[in-house]
Amino acid sequence: MADNRLRSVLATDCGSTTTKAILIEYVEEREGGSYRLIARGESPTTVEAPVEDVTVGALNAVTETQEIAGRTLTRGGRILKSSVDGEGADIYISTSSAGGGLQMMVAGVVRAMTAESAERAALGAGAIVMDAVASNDRRLPHEKIEQIRRLRPDMILLSGGVDGGTTSHVAELAELIAAANPTARLGAGYDLPIIYAGNIDARELVIERLGQRMSLEIVDNLRPVLEKENLLPARKMIQSKFLEHVMAHAPGYKTLMEWTDADIMPTPGAVGYMMQTIAEGRGVNIIGVDIGGATTDVFSVFDGVFNRTVSANLGMSYSVSNVLAEAGIDNALRWIPFKVDKRALHNSVKNKMVRPTTIPQTIEDLVIEQAIAREALRLAFEQHKLLATGLHGVQQQRTISEAFTQTATGETLVDMEALDLIVGSGGVLSHAPRRIQSAAMMIDAFQPVGMTQLAVDSIFMMPQLGVLAQVDAEAAMDVFERDCLIPLGTVIAPNGEADARSSLHISGTFPDGAALDETIQAGGIRRWELKEGERMKVKCVPKGSFTFGEGRERGAEYEAQGGTAGLIVDARGRPMTDVGERLDLYPKRKR
Amino acid sequence: MAQAYTPGLTVARRAVVRKMRKLPLPGETLVKVGDAVEADSVVARTKLPGDAHPLNLSRALSVPESDVERHLLVKTGEPFQKGALIAETKGFFGLFKSRYVAPVDGSLETVSTVTGQAILREPPKPLEARAYVKGVVVETLEDEGAVVEMEGAFIQGILGVGGETHGELVLAVERGAELTAEEVLPAHQGKVLIVGGSVRADALQKAAEVGAAGIAAGCIDAAELRDCLGYELGVAVTGAEEIGLTAIVTEGFGRIDMAEKTFELLKSLEGRHASMNGATQIRAGVTRPEILVPMEGEGEAYSASALTLETGAAARVIREPRFGETGEIAELPVELQEIETGARVRVAVVRLQNGDEIALPRANIELIGG
Repeated sequence: MADNRLRSVLATDCGSTTTKAILIEYVEEREGGSYRLIARGESPTTVEAPVEDVTVGALNAVTETQEIAGRTLTRGGRILKSSVDGEGADIYISTSSAGGGLQMMVAGVVRAMTAESAERAALGAGAIVMDAVASNDRRLPHEKIEQIRRLRPDMILLSGGVDGGTTSHVAELAELIAAANPTARLGAGYDLPIIYAGNIDARELVIERLGQRMSLEIVDNLRPVLEKENLLPARKMIQSKFLEHVMAHAPGYKTLMEWTDADIMPTPGAVGYMMQTIAEGRGVNIIGVDIGGATTDVFSVFDGVFNRTVSANLGMSYSVSNVLAEAGIDNALRWIPFKVDKRALHNSVKNKMVRPTTIPQTIEDLVIEQAIAREALRLAFEQHKLLATGLHGVQQQRTISEAFTQTATGETLVDMEALDLIVGSGGVLSHAPRRIQSAAMMIDAFQPVGMTQLAVDSIFMMPQLGVLAQVDAEAAMDVFERDCLIPLGTVIAPNGEADARSSLHISGTFPDGAALDETIQAGGIRRWELKEGERMKVKCVPKGSFTFGEGRERGAEYEAQGGTAGLIVDARGRPMTDVGERLDLYPKRKR
Repeated sequence: MAQAYTPGLTVARRAVVRKMRKLPLPGETLVKVGDAVEADSVVARTKLPGDAHPLNLSRALSVPESDVERHLLVKTGEPFQKGALIAETKGFFGLFKSRYVAPVDGSLETVSTVTGQAILREPPKPLEARAYVKGVVVETLEDEGAVVEMEGAFIQGILGVGGETHGELVLAVERGAELTAEEVLPAHQGKVLIVGGSVRADALQKAAEVGAAGIAAGCIDAAELRDCLGYELGVAVTGAEEIGLTAIVTEGFGRIDMAEKTFELLKSLEGRHASMNGATQIRAGVTRPEILVPMEGEGEAYSASALTLETGAAARVIREPRFGETGEIAELPVELQEIETGARVRVAVVRLQNGDEIALPRANIELIGG
């Protein structure tokens, strides 16, 4: 078996602005060896004019990697495969979100049922959902046609009706799509891919209406019965069509596809796969976030159920002005401990929008940027909670006590008390000058409850690891645990209002033997050093309105794990209505 | 390799610029290589499918879905005019008939016996691609359009609103000044106004009222832009705004004068005809707004690739605290340096015009070319 082991892996992620390459090698160690990150390189993506060939950027990124690694990885304008004599790599794999990623439109009969399931299927496959059209979405038919025509998606996912259910509504949606006859975003030269994943009885009707005009594929119903979603066949077909149609028409991708040893995955699809692998491997509930320049992706896995959302206009550069507009300036200002002129703030944010590559140079500028990041993360997480839900419209069997509490169907699956780990990535989190700043941003935005581990992806290599996980899960997990994930530490926070009568008493013993014994009044937040690899038991006794959930109203005991930010105990209440105390996050200005 | 600095916006007295003029759908190319074109010349033409009007005939006529076809008075594909009777039931002994008259000119595209829905299609709409700039056709794209080459001044802005337009350049206010509504005159109709300082929302509105083609200003306050647009510009993707004219700012938001070089160039071109486009898209494949002034020139044409980050190169600071100041690169240390925020980044030491030498993150400077 050892002879068949992969010795080296070269992986790229062709992002919308930067192409990142990593080289992974199997390193023999005393304990038996493991896969490690050897080198990383990056270069601007070259999908757009003037180069218009993605392979140029990929080769540039690999060339930088080869220089750093001191290992020949390219020759004659090609990536060198099969590692012999210390040259090349065993396999080459890639993800892509270049050219704006995969942009889809979905359609279903009922907005909260099949259209929502279709949206989840598309998002899970790594797409940006431009619109979800539904028979009951209150738009008039001609408005829907205009919208479909205007959007020019890369692909459409049509669902509708449970098996044996309505056929006429599905046929009507197909007629609207046919009437709109949208052209594909990446050129008029090919038929727009459309996937039908709806009522099995409506297949013929859909074929009649769309079969001649578009590249139609039929897969199993993504909502065969009300009580069940079956998203996998639709997701797989989306990824296959992504390669066959969308990627094949993007400049240079035909060559890139020939070079790779596994299918190219949409970047967020690969990250999602990695998140699921981590959640499954560690047996934890997880939230992951990737905050980029234009968009923020949120992933969650709770009790094995995976969800992903993308907030298309919540980002830290191209769309930073929109974050301020959506959050409201006062929400951003609450995170800033000094007076800011609102007019100047608006100008400064818009200047960042038009010059997105600039970085904060002063501490004030950094505080403002991280304040806006908190709001972008908070808004994206709120959107995620709305979509990561149980199925709407499902008949529930309730006990008498449940009938009194009237829990609705379609409630969010995001359970903060059950959350074990938050993983952050994206420039503002991965490249914060101090790791404690990343931890603080995530705590303020997500407001975890109970005990939660925090981590950041050091250099955002989860996309490459996601596609590697499909080839060799062990290699992907090795690199993830050792080189990708940087543990920030643990946050402990009680639920409940931070009123005057509430407080939290914590006690325990630090690894060096020092005692922890402190009462934190409501509104307070504290931090202690607890290094990576260290663990300690922390006993928490809440008072007043504070609680640690059902069965733990009188107290809870946790085992905290260390990291670069240490142990943080947050008694500012949940939901947090006031910023309360602030951690010491920033260096003092040098005079 | 990855660039840690911004290449900067082009401000060139002489450049050769090629513009692809392409239809969204295949059509007919009307020009040939070598043709001289004006900004308004049509280079290609096509027909856009007309708007679709879905109509639930089954409901309109109160008949079952499967019956709608036999009540139609027009065949699929057959044209009709607005007001024409296109469907009618037989009624009861010829009485109580249900009728449907065409709400628009068009033709019947499809009828569904499953949903009872008919799709009426309006006649195709002509769509033309114009040259946008005065120049020469250097390439034709079969059935899709042409590439027009212009020689002349090429100035990029940082952000614009509004689409393609053209008009004569007129100096409105000098550097350091703000354009107010009172300074916009009826004589500015059809003109492109040069504003050396900032522009206010009321001035933009007045300019649109008098029919000015466009405004090229140094900066605008974010609040003034919001007042002018009627909404907050959240994402830097523009070009489709309908504010009655095209506006471009060359520096950014707040109070920053137009860079001296840009202003002097535009001022020297007063009286010439300029094409401008506010369309901006700041993502991969950045599109910046532009002003193009066709004219015969001498000397070597500007090339963006000629700009390199090296000592002596002219640079401008593009982020607070010294935003807008210009100078030259004095030193390019190789090692990462810690800046005030605690971040370790690559820096450039810039000698500003007032003599100050400061180390700045390379990401926060842009090279001034042209």
